[in-house]
Amino acid sequence: MSSSGESNKKIKALFEKPEINVLIALLVLCIGLSFASPYFLTAKNIVNVLRQFSLIAILAVGQALIIVTGGIDLSVGSVVGFTACFGAAVARWGAPPGITLLSILAMGAVVGLANGMLVTKIGIAPFIATLGMMSIARGFSLLITMGVPIHVDPTWISVFGGGYVGIFPVSVITMLVIVGAGFVLANNTTLGRNVYAVGNSEQAAKFSGIRVDRVKIMVFTITGVLASICGLILIGQLEGADAFYGNGYELDVIAAAVIGGMSLSGGEGNLLGILVGAALMGVLKNAFVLLAVPGYWQVVATGVVIIGAVSLDSLRRKRTAR
Amino acid sequence: MGKNAICRVVDITKFFPGVVALKNVSLDIRKGEIHGIIGENGAGKSTLMNILAGVYQPEEGHIEFDGKTVNFKDPREAQDTGVAMIYQELSLSRSMSVAENIFQGRMLKNKIGLINRKKMFSECRKYLKNLGVDYIDPKILVKNLSVSQMQLVEITKAVHLNSKLLIMDEPTSSLTSGEISFLMKIMRALKNEGVSILFITHKLEEIIEITDRITVLRDGRLIETLNMKDATINQMVSLMVGRDFEKIVHRQFIKDYSNKEVVLEVRDLNYENKVKEASFKLFKGEVLGLTGLVGAGRTELLQCIFGVDRISSGAVLVNDKPVKIKHPADAIKLGMGMIPEGRKEQGMFLKLTVKDNMTMVHLKQLAGRLTFIKKKRQRDIAKKYVDELAIKTPSLEQIAENLSGGNQQKTIIARWIMHEPQIFFLDEPTHGIDVGAKAEIYHFIDDLAKSGVSVILLSSELPEVLTMCDRIMVMHHGEIKGILSHKEADQVKIMKLIIEDKEKSA
Ligand SMILES: Nc1ncnc2c1ncn2[C@@H]1O[C@H](COP(=O)(O)OP(=O)(O)OP(=O)(O)O)[C@@H](O)[C@H]1O
Ligand SMILES: [Mg+2]
Repeated sequence: MSSSGESNKKIKALFEKPEINVLIALLVLCIGLSFASPYFLTAKNIVNVLRQFSLIAILAVGQALIIVTGGIDLSVGSVVGFTACFGAAVARWGAPPGITLLSILAMGAVVGLANGMLVTKIGIAPFIATLGMMSIARGFSLLITMGVPIHVDPTWISVFGGGYVGIFPVSVITMLVIVGAGFVLANNTTLGRNVYAVGNSEQAAKFSGIRVDRVKIMVFTITGVLASICGLILIGQLEGADAFYGNGYELDVIAAAVIGGMSLSGGEGNLLGILVGAALMGVLKNAFVLLAVPGYWQVVATGVVIIGAVSLDSLRRKRTAR
Repeated sequence: MGKNAICRVVDITKFFPGVVALKNVSLDIRKGEIHGIIGENGAGKSTLMNILAGVYQPEEGHIEFDGKTVNFKDPREAQDTGVAMIYQELSLSRSMSVAENIFQGRMLKNKIGLINRKKMFSECRKYLKNLGVDYIDPKILVKNLSVSQMQLVEITKAVHLNSKLLIMDEPTSSLTSGEISFLMKIMRALKNEGVSILFITHKLEEIIEITDRITVLRDGRLIETLNMKDATINQMVSLMVGRDFEKIVHRQFIKDYSNKEVVLEVRDLNYENKVKEASFKLFKGEVLGLTGLVGAGRTELLQCIFGVDRISSGAVLVNDKPVKIKHPADAIKLGMGMIPEGRKEQGMFLKLTVKDNMTMVHLKQLAGRLTFIKKKRQRDIAKKYVDELAIKTPSLEQIAENLSGGNQQKTIIARWIMHEPQIFFLDEPTHGIDVGAKAEIYHFIDDLAKSGVSVILLSSELPEVLTMCDRIMVMHHGEIKGILSHKEADQVKIMKLIIEDKEKSA
């Protein structure tokens, strides 16, 4: 009797977690879709969906860390495009693949670092600093390409975008590794816990000897690097780069993080939630295609899902606050 | 007796996940009485008050107000009915002005419905004046006030709602003795106007001084309601604690300083205009008291040394070596630790678990190579201190926000004690802590000092400073006015050091 009460309580506590609710929504959606479209559960489609949302999930890891500190990064999409164009230019210029790879990652780190410095050392609000960076990075992509896509011949670094292990695209595996690493970073390392501490109270973090600025710079830099990894994946996938790669990703990424349970006021949220959030967004997009929902309605529906997911969460909070 | 009750609490029960916060509590509050509520940390005092003020709804039972059964959906409804509350944790909007806070939710408007700032400021000034705190400027932003000034604003706000029942949840915890006697004057005046007051405090002398009746809560149950006339401190304590209570510590004070090592020396430290030419030495294994009025620059002095604020000029020496401390992280490396004064802003990580809160400073030491935290060690050490400090929480994974105020404070204390600092700054460490836990913390301080840790105990409570400190340093207007040894110090001498200055400057 008491043990069933105990387990009841545990189950109840589970449902209090936003990411579990989203997971249920995701499963329901999947089951519904499997009836609505025979094509949905085919291996080809599943792999396709996974590949589609893998970029969003990778970026959401960084975004989630930033959101936990109480910030936001609007520049991720542009940085994906910029690092892709930069990398393509480096490759075209004749650099060996290894150098190209490193220079892409380094460029991502530099842009992230710049975001972090603007936010901490100059003290610009993250929303504004990264809004500016969003435009700068996009502008440089245009300057590099002059509006003409750059073709890149496949080399071993194209594996990240185009390669497969069995039936699984390397990009999907990369995503799983990065989400896993992000989860471990957030929960099992000092840096990760410091990220949460900063998001709860910068003052209390400072009194506890945490260098708040460094923590913030770190999460922006990590996000920059993740964006460059996405740039790399896109180069491989599409055998080249175009200035408009990653356009609009920031919204999907933020949505995935928020649907996955990250609170925009910072300080809380489970990193695994973003995987669920990104998956939900990915499956939804797939559903639109399979069910042949007219394009304009897709845009509306995406918005409705974001608002719906977040409202559920804040209603739940209000209830538990009583 | 039912007739002259303004408010009746009938059979209230309240659960939180994993906690029975109140169990069948019934209580009458009479018209025009000051009714004290006492109990250990986590006894359910704040929860009961929050129910009366409409913040929480009870699972069972009901409330009668002025003879009618009421069911407050939110604090606003309670206020409109005549119940106002001063919360334990300050609940002001930090980037709004004092006046805007005092008129929050009922801003004064002009004819066309826009906010009438001018009228609001002048009304606000009147209110502040009524309470004799008109040195607070209605236009100033709340974040620029000290904690005690914020408390006074909070009190002003509640008092001016013209309520019939005023609930005060530990209003005195961040006030100095002068401000407290002042507050008591206000309370008496309200009582004479027929207002009933529910008053929570952990300082039993205040209970004796001001209340008519008291109610003791323990573990969510109402133990007894008694007339103040018939109660003694010992009786109150044993009702609260429910067991025999270990008396206050008797320290072996340091008599001979001649061969004591100096662990910390501060020379001519200046900080803006808040700390002026401060110089003192801290010896190994001593407890140095730091007292004075609020605004004397005591907190600023400690925070400068600890690297929270950048000193303007002066030198700090640790173990005779000059050091540059630019950030608390540097101070911690040098073996310092600090319990800050603002629990909510500077202490707690409210949305993190109790375990995370406790181990935040010690985290690096709990991590193995590659900085992966050893979860089991983390749990074990947190568990150890939860037991040792008797922190009341259903589990280590409880979100800290859900702990009672006193238990949050204990969590912060645990955070530092487990890191074993050698130089330990305590800024009002016993704020909001019950008598039992207070004695426990005194024992801790004593043990720390015995083991060679040097402590600076910043406190506005003179009895605390007098029972605990080997030497007492008095500050006023940013200057160190003198350092008294335990033997020569008493309340009068301390006050004299403060007042002498007033005469000089007057
Ligand atoms: N929102 C909440 N969620 C979960 N548990 C809670 C919540 N609020 C209070 N509790 C629990 O209810 C119990 C009573 O808490 P309460 O705040 O009423 O204590 P208190 O008597 O005011 O203590 P203190 O003297 O420390 O302020 C505590 O065990 C606390 O952990
Ligand atoms: Mg309380």
